Amino acid sequence: MKLRGVFSTAIAISTGVFVLLGALIPTDILVDFRILLLQWAVLVAGFAVLVGIINLLVVHLAKIRAKSGSGYSLLLALSLLASLVIAIFSTPQGTGSRILFDGIIQPVEATLMALMSISLLYASMRLLRHRAGLLSIVFIATAIILLLGAAPLPFGEVGILHYIISPFIEQVPAAAGARGILIGVALGTLTTGLRVLFGADRPFGGK
Amino acid sequence: MNLTGIAAFIIIVVTAGLMLLFTFLHRRYPPAWRDIPAFTRLRRAVGLSVEDGTRLHFSLGRSSLAAPSSAASFAALSLLHKSAELTMVGDRPPVVSSGDSTLTILTQDTLHSAYQTAGAGSQYDPLSAQLTGLTPFSYAAGAIPLIRDKAVSGNVIMGHFGPEIILLTDAAERANTFTVAAAADLPAQAVLYASAQNPLIGEELFASGAYFNAGPMHHASLRVQDILRWLIVASLIGGAIAKLAGLL
Repeated sequence: MKLRGVFSTAIAISTGVFVLLGALIPTDILVDFRILLLQWAVLVAGFAVLVGIINLLVVHLAKIRAKSGSGYSLLLALSLLASLVIAIFSTPQGTGSRILFDGIIQPVEATLMALMSISLLYASMRLLRHRAGLLSIVFIATAIILLLGAAPLPFGEVGILHYIISPFIEQVPAAAGARGILIGVALGTLTTGLRVLFGADRPFGGK
Repeated sequence: MNLTGIAAFIIIVVTAGLMLLFTFLHRRYPPAWRDIPAFTRLRRAVGLSVEDGTRLHFSLGRSSLAAPSSAASFAALSLLHKSAELTMVGDRPPVVSSGDSTLTILTQDTLHSAYQTAGAGSQYDPLSAQLTGLTPFSYAAGAIPLIRDKAVSGNVIMGHFGPEIILLTDAAERANTFTVAAAADLPAQAVLYASAQNPLIGEELFASGAYFNAGPMHHASLRVQDILRWLIVASLIGGAIAKLAGLL
């Protein structure tokens, strides 16, 4: 590992240890130092957004130069610059920015949300073709039961589904399964964090 | 320190101690893991991408590094590092998309480091790690062209996602490419089960380093996860029995 790697690893590990200690041992010095480090992290993250946007722009400018973006890259670069100009002159809370958000960004995101719903329906229809088995049947049957139990149906609620079966599925097998998965994820999170603290995982320029 | 703080401190110290112990015992007692078909197929896909001159696309989610969900991204970065090392000899190194700028910077560093480890530091292209969008849907929409790229033969979709992950797995399905997908969030996992060819459920996401031999500490941490899981199971059953017996 080169000197830069040693330096960045030492900073990352010591920062992680101080933040962890500040969370576990709430003495004034540790808590103040932890808050200071977290404030620095917020500043760095704010600057990283700018770096990220430059990365996005450079990637698409390269595509425009290589003529591989089929017009979308040019549209993205122009939209990015137009949004920047509008936000600078009308301020982020101004009329121009609001029109941009309400008129373009929000409808586009809503469209993608609708597309997501259709994709989900299509995926559940394909599930039995992909993985025909008992678990897939249970998955689809559970989804249908919960949907029928929660949806406002034209002929009214199906009492047994709405009041007995759906709450039972949600509160017993689904809650138990979700907690089991979350415990597994929490243990994985703990060991991953410790690996970073030990310097075994060094995505910051080391290994 | 309150009771929760003391308990957390003890759990962290015990976990750290066990991880160090199993790291030192790694050579003496090599672990044997159950077969996870998704990892076996991914290993094959990595080899095939080198052979047929295609590339893998990694999509690492949209977790900020300052958020608790970043652990999933760190696990995915370990897998990216190992896969990048393996595919460096091919014509087309991997391309990575992410939905958070801090994660993009870290991804660039990981790729650069993998190139250096493989002795090809000068071939590193910073644009191979791309920020495709800053909101969940813009990130997904920006990553779809990478999935549909004809030079991409496989996708590894791993990290922190919401239900928008369906747009990525659906694009991969339509492009008829190999896909391994994992997420730490419950709604995304449910979506993956229905839509992905090779979903990884629950903590399997955090086992990727051990299954790709990323180092003894990865094997040790997987062993410790298993031990802690059994301890939690035992304490849950013990607690239930104690409650039934009127002791709690």
